Amino acid sequence: MARIIEGKPLVAGAAKGSALKTDEPLSFWGGYDQWTGEIIDRRHPLSGQNAKGKILVVPASRGSSTTTAVLLEAIRNGNAPAAIVVSCVDRFFALASIVADEMYQRPLPVIALTDEDFATVKTGEHIEISADGQLRIESGS
Amino acid sequence: MESPCLRAGYRHWVKEMSLKLTEEDRAQLAGERGEANRLAMSVIVRMANVSGAETLMDIVGAHIDSTVFQGDATMEFAERLASHGAKVAVPSSLNVSGVDEHGWRDWATPPEYAQKAHRQMIAYQSMGTEATWTCAPYQTAFRPKFGEQIAWGESNAIAFANSVIGARSERYPDLMDVCAAITGRVPAIGLHLTENRAGQVLFRLVDVPRRIQEDDSFYPVLGHLIGRVAQERIPVVEGIEVAPAEDQLKALCAAVASSGAVALMHLVGITPEAPTTEAAFQNKQPQQTVTVTMDDLRQARRELTTADGAKLDMVVLGSPHFSLAEFKKLAPLLVGKRRHSDVQFLVTSSRLMNNLAEQAGYIEPLREFGGKITVDTCILTTPMLHPEIKTLMTNSAKYAYYSPGLLSTQVMFGRLEDCVQSAVEGCVIRDESLWQE
Repeated sequence: MARIIEGKPLVAGAAKGSALKTDEPLSFWGGYDQWTGEIIDRRHPLSGQNAKGKILVVPASRGSSTTTAVLLEAIRNGNAPAAIVVSCVDRFFALASIVADEMYQRPLPVIALTDEDFATVKTGEHIEISADGQLRIESGS
Repeated sequence: MESPCLRAGYRHWVKEMSLKLTEEDRAQLAGERGEANRLAMSVIVRMANVSGAETLMDIVGAHIDSTVFQGDATMEFAERLASHGAKVAVPSSLNVSGVDEHGWRDWATPPEYAQKAHRQMIAYQSMGTEATWTCAPYQTAFRPKFGEQIAWGESNAIAFANSVIGARSERYPDLMDVCAAITGRVPAIGLHLTENRAGQVLFRLVDVPRRIQEDDSFYPVLGHLIGRVAQERIPVVEGIEVAPAEDQLKALCAAVASSGAVALMHLVGITPEAPTTEAAFQNKQPQQTVTVTMDDLRQARRELTTADGAKLDMVVLGSPHFSLAEFKKLAPLLVGKRRHSDVQFLVTSSRLMNNLAEQAGYIEPLREFGGKITVDTCILTTPMLHPEIKTLMTNSAKYAYYSPGLLSTQVMFGRLEDCVQSAVEGCVIRDESLWQE
């Protein structure tokens, strides 16, 4: 059974993939390998996981404002997540996606959920994001 | 509000976009001022809509951190703007680049990396900016004035401009600061607005003696502690009884912006928006009150060290970039001494400060000592260190905070005097008399 969550697109776009979920904010500078998609912040719970092509479900970015540049590089190199789902209006993720759209016509969908909806998403679930910000979620078997 | 995460703004998500643009904003957006202005204004307007801003506002200056080289995409972004003839609309300084333009060959920087980082430098220089190449622009002619609306990148510089000077900048991420510089416009949100500059967390120093407060090492340690607790909130600090020197405040701001995402802090009786605690909080109640004791400070000081002290490969000073006053303080400590052959000694600074220090005679003792200077960049933003450099010693909280993660080195935090002494002896020497119980 699929369930539907209405999200707010900060940067709109369609995407689908497997969810990689964390409740810890993540800095991409020193935290995300732009050449592989691996989470490399060794203090982060997702350390060692690979987010390339996944739906990265993370509350917010953290710390360094160079996060935007690292995410832009990852998008250009094809090593970014398929989309990022956040629980607040994260301006850093949104900026990287907007610049990727302007530069390469490759915006990365960034969707904001309420805290309550965010809490229901689990790693491994299959998520389909539509251009209006709706998430169609199927539990992994 | 200084956070990238506008959590309190959920209700704004659902309201209709209500951004009002001026005729000039619309002209830029429509491409009537050229493609570079169209691209830059498009980014600003889209970000204003994401943030729920109702208007854009003018800025009088910018500090561009997009200069930091991250790879092909940051280079292509700079070159795209430059190829369309981008020119900044307001006086704009440049943050550190990805390479020491004239000195990189002395280090391990790969030539291909240096070449691309240099292309990015050329692109930003072509926009009518000033080639300051420094993370301490507030110690140049680009120092803003109280109350001025600016768009600055670089965390330590944002914290210094907002806190010490009382200028007003949001935390501008890389790629956005240059768009603000080109258009002269930013979303009217966050720390640009008086009501968002009120303190949120009160830090109360308890029994922290003057001899500690007078020492340079107090400021990075205090900043590390405050940033860790405050995270993205606005701290107010009560109980500093001395008048800190500018470079002490610089070290404090760099530290709070490393362990936390602090863009503004108030020091009661010292910084301009904090004549009193009540004024700093704009007569609101603190969300939280934290007492800071000597035990807390000793713990924070310990956190800045990851090395066991057995081995030392390099002493590195100058994050943020070393100032003339810091060179002046360093020079007499070096006279008549020579670094141990196993320990490198590096100061990172700007061309401007390096030239001034040279004229003042402060560089000669550094050279005689066996030290080196890197300008334009720093060890965190260019791959200059040889892999055999595994243990660093520094008096900078920012270097201490970031080098274990970004450079995979161990780090020892110490006072300036200890850093020099350790370089001479070839092993870590720390005078613990000031900090011991």
